[in-house]
Amino acid sequence: MTEPDKVLLTLQVNGTSHEVAVEARRTLADTLRHDLELTGTHVACEHGVCGACTVLVDGDPARSCLMFAPQAEGSDVRTVESLAGDDGTMSDLQCAFSANHGLQCGFCTPGFLMLAEGFLAEHPDADREEIREVVSSNLCRCTGYQTIVDSIQDCAERRRDAKETSA
Amino acid sequence: MTSEVATGDRANEPGFRADGTWIGAAVSRKEDPRLLTGEARFVDDIHLPRMLHAAFVRSTVASGHITSVDLSRVLEVPGVVAAFTAEDLDLGDITPRLDRPPEEHTETSMPILARDRVRFVGEPVAVVLAEDPYAAEDGIEAADVTYDVTPPVLSEEQALTPGANAVHDEAPGNVLLDVSMFASDGIDDVFAEAPCVVHVRARAGRQNALPLETRGVVAGWDARAQQLLVQTCTQVPHQVRTVLAGSLGMSESTVRVLVPDMGGGFGIKCVVGREEIAVAAAATRAGRPVKWIEDRKDALSASFLAREQRYEARAAFDETGRILGLDVDVLCDMGAYSCYPFTVGIEPLMASSEMPGVYRVPAYRVRGRAIATNKAPTAPYRGVSRPQHVMVMERLVERAARELGLDALEVRRRNLITVFPYTGINNVTYDPGSYLESLNLCERVLADEGWYGTQRSVAEQGRVLGIGYACFNERTGYGSDAFAKRKMQAVPGFDLSEVRMDTSGTVVVTTGTMSHGQSHETTMAQIVADKLGLPVDKVKIQQGDTDRVTYGWGSFGSRSITIGGTAVALAAGNLGGKLLDLGAHLLETRRDNVELADEGVQQRDDHDRRLSYQDIADVAYLRSHLLPKEAEPGLQASASFDGVGDGTFSNAAHGVVVELHRDTGRVEILRYVCVEDCGVAINPQVVDGQARGGIAQGIAGALFEKVTYDENGEPSAASFLDYKVPTACEIPDVAMHHIETPCLFTDNGAKGAGEGGTIGAPAAVLNAVNDALRPAGVELNDTPITPQQVFDALTGALEVAP
Repeated sequence: MTEPDKVLLTLQVNGTSHEVAVEARRTLADTLRHDLELTGTHVACEHGVCGACTVLVDGDPARSCLMFAPQAEGSDVRTVESLAGDDGTMSDLQCAFSANHGLQCGFCTPGFLMLAEGFLAEHPDADREEIREVVSSNLCRCTGYQTIVDSIQDCAERRRDAKETSA
Repeated sequence: MTSEVATGDRANEPGFRADGTWIGAAVSRKEDPRLLTGEARFVDDIHLPRMLHAAFVRSTVASGHITSVDLSRVLEVPGVVAAFTAEDLDLGDITPRLDRPPEEHTETSMPILARDRVRFVGEPVAVVLAEDPYAAEDGIEAADVTYDVTPPVLSEEQALTPGANAVHDEAPGNVLLDVSMFASDGIDDVFAEAPCVVHVRARAGRQNALPLETRGVVAGWDARAQQLLVQTCTQVPHQVRTVLAGSLGMSESTVRVLVPDMGGGFGIKCVVGREEIAVAAAATRAGRPVKWIEDRKDALSASFLAREQRYEARAAFDETGRILGLDVDVLCDMGAYSCYPFTVGIEPLMASSEMPGVYRVPAYRVRGRAIATNKAPTAPYRGVSRPQHVMVMERLVERAARELGLDALEVRRRNLITVFPYTGINNVTYDPGSYLESLNLCERVLADEGWYGTQRSVAEQGRVLGIGYACFNERTGYGSDAFAKRKMQAVPGFDLSEVRMDTSGTVVVTTGTMSHGQSHETTMAQIVADKLGLPVDKVKIQQGDTDRVTYGWGSFGSRSITIGGTAVALAAGNLGGKLLDLGAHLLETRRDNVELADEGVQQRDDHDRRLSYQDIADVAYLRSHLLPKEAEPGLQASASFDGVGDGTFSNAAHGVVVELHRDTGRVEILRYVCVEDCGVAINPQVVDGQARGGIAQGIAGALFEKVTYDENGEPSAASFLDYKVPTACEIPDVAMHHIETPCLFTDNGAKGAGEGGTIGAPAAVLNAVNDALRPAGVELNDTPITPQQVFDALTGALEVAP
C-alpha cells in the first residue's frame, strides 16, 4: 500500500485564514481539532446524530464530523472559540448557559452553543417550543435538556429586550 | 468549627445567602467558563510529542476459541507502527474478588486482551498503533483472526439450560453468583395465609450509560519522572492505578493516573477498563506515548453495559393493604465478565439488600443471581439495580391496590416508613427521611394543577391519559461498613482530604472523589469557603491526580458530597483550628477569644484586633521564627471521613402524567413532578440539575433504550440510528420541589443527590402507562415500554396481564 495523498487547503476559521495539508478523507472536525488545535469542537458519535461537533459553516449549523475538510474550503467556518470576546469575556449566549445551569459535564455544550448561535441569528423571535424543536437536533446526557432550552430562551429574550430598549 | 466563623459582615456579597453562607446558594459554577469557551481539556484534546494512536482488533464472534491471529498485513499498512497480541504484551488479568464462599460466588478473570477464547462480539484481541487514528483504523481492517466458533449463550434460558455451553469453564452452569441473603422464618406460612398475594414478573432491558464522551486514554513513559503517565477519563483514578500497576507488574509509585475534564460517566467509567491497561502497556513497549479514543460503535457494543434483569416477585398483603411479606427472585445478566472492583455482585447484591425500600416489610426472602452470557460485560450504571427493583416494588403495590380495590397511594401510605431511625427486615437502619411527606406533596402538586380532572374530561374525547407515581429511597454515602456487609473485598468507603493555605491566603483542597459533570469544583469550594470564611474564588479543588491525592475511591454511589464533602469540610475545619491557634498566639490573646472572619482571625472581644490570613501565612511560611515553639511551619491540614453505619438515605417521590397516542402507540409525557429530599442542598441549582438529568436517563430506560443482539450474539445497534437516545422532544420539563431532612452525620447535613432521578423515573412512567391502560384492562411490567406494546394494548391485541 502507498501513503495516502494529502491535499493543501485554505480554511477560513473564526476570521483567520489557515493553510493545512490533510488527507482528502479527513473530517472537518478532526482538522479543526487536531490540525488547527481548536479543540473546543467535540466529537461524540462520528455519524452525524449527536451534534456535539456542530459548527457554523457560512452561518448555518453543520455537523463537522460529516464534512470532509476539503468541503469547507471557500466557506466561513465558526467554532465555539469564536463566541467570547477578544478579552475572554463570554458572550450573552455563553453567560445564559452558565446562569441557567445549561451544562454539566460540558462535552456536548459547544455543539449546543453553535446550534443556538446559528438558530437565533436566523430566528430571533423563536418561542420556547421552536427552541425545544431545535435543541432536539443534538444529544445531551447530563441535563435532561430543560435548562438548555431555558438558556437559549433566556438569551433570546434578553436580546429582544435589549433591542426594544434601544429602539 | 462553623461556630468559629463569623460571616455576617459579608452577607451582601453576590452568591451568599441572606444568612451569609455559601452552602445553600446557587453559586455560579467554577467549571463553566472553560467548558463554555472551548478551553476545557478532555482526554482527546491532549496531544503529546511523538504520540501514536491505538485501535483495537475486536472479536467478530460472540463465543469461540481463537485459532490464529495474524497481524503481518497490519504492519504493512502505511502509518502503522506496531501491533500487539495478548501473547506479546503478557499482562496479568483483572480478577475482581468477593469474600464469599465458592457455593455463592465463582471467581472469574478478565484478560486484558483475549488469549485463547473470546466471549462477546467486540472483545479486544489485539491493539494496533499508528501515526494517526485513520491509519490505526486501516490497520485493524488488515488483521486476520480466525475462530473456532461455539454456540453463544445469549439469554437466561440458554444460560441455565442443563448442559449449556459454559461462558467460563470455572462456572459450568453459567451462574457466577447465587446468594440468598434473607429468608424470614415462616415466610411460606405468611404467603399461604395472606388474604391477598400478588405476583409480578418483570424484565428490564439492557442499557448503555452512554456518556457523550466515550472512554479514552493517553499513556506514555515520563523519563524525567520515571513514571508511566496515564491520562484517562475515569471516575476511579486510584483504582486504575492499582489494577494497572498490578497488571504491568510495576510499583504504584511508578504509575501516575491523571484525569482531565470528563464528558460524563454515569458509572460506565467507574470500573477499570482493559483498554486503559492495554494502551499503557503498548505505549511502554513502543517507547512512545499512545492515545486511544473509543469510537461510538465500540462504546455502544463493546464497552460496559448495565441493567438487564428479570424479576419473579410476589408480595402478601392483608385486607387493608398492609404488606405482610415479600418474596423475590432476581436474575441479573452480567454479560461476559465480572468488573473491577464491584464484581458481578453489584446488581444482585444491591437488589437483595435494598428491595424493601421505603416500605415496612415484616417478612422477606430474596435470591439474587448473576449469570454469565456472551454479551459485553456490565458495570454499575446510575442507580445500580434500584431503577429496576423500585419499579418491581411499586408494581407490587399497584397490583395489590387493584386486587383489594384500594387507592394505590393509600396503600403506599399505609406501608411507608414514618418513624426513624428504622431498622428493616433487610438489616439496614434508615436515617430520617420524608417518605410520606414527599409522596403527599407530589400528589398535591398534580391535584392542584388539575390533572385528575383533565384525565376524566379528556377521556370523554377519547384521549387516553394516565397518572403514575413512584416513591423510593436511595442509600448514599456507603461507608466501609456498608460495603463490607456485602462482602466486597475492595471496600470503597472512606475519603481523604488535604487542605493547604498559601502565602496569599488562598487554599487548595484535595478530594479523592472525581467530578465528571457534578460540579464538585464549585460545591466543595462552597463547603470549604464556609468553613474558613473565604470567598469561593479563593478555594481551589484538586482531584484526579494519584500523585497529589494519597488515595481516593472516586465518584459513584452518590458518595461525593456525603463522604468527600465531609472529608473536605473536616480538613478545612482542621486548618481553621490551626489558623485560630496561630492567630491567638500572634494576637497574644486566649484561644477561646478568637474567631475566623473576613479572611482572617479576629478577637471576639475586639474586632479591630485582627490578622488577615496573609498575615498569618506570612509567619507560617516566611517568618517561622515567630511561630510558637511547638508549631510546625506551613498551613496545612488533612482529614478522613467514612460513611457512618448503614449510610444515609435520600428519598423522593415522582409523579407523572402520560398520554398514550392511539394511532402510534407513542407515550407522551405531559407533566413530570419530582419532590426530592437530599438533606441540605449545597447548591440547589446543581441538585435540580442532577435530578433532571437523572430523570431523563430513567425515562430513556422506561421508554426508549435497549441493547439487543441477533441470534449469533451480534449487537443490533452500532450507532445512534439504532440505539434510541431521547432528545429534547421526548424528555419533558420537570417541576422540582424540595423537602429538607438533614443528614445527621455528614458535616453539613447533605445527602447524596446524583442518582435518585434515574431510580424513580421507570417506576413512575410504567405506573402512569398502566393507569392509562386501565380501561383497556392491560398491565405492563417490562421496560422499555415500546410503542408496539402500547398500540396493541389500546387496540385489544395484547392479552390481559398480568
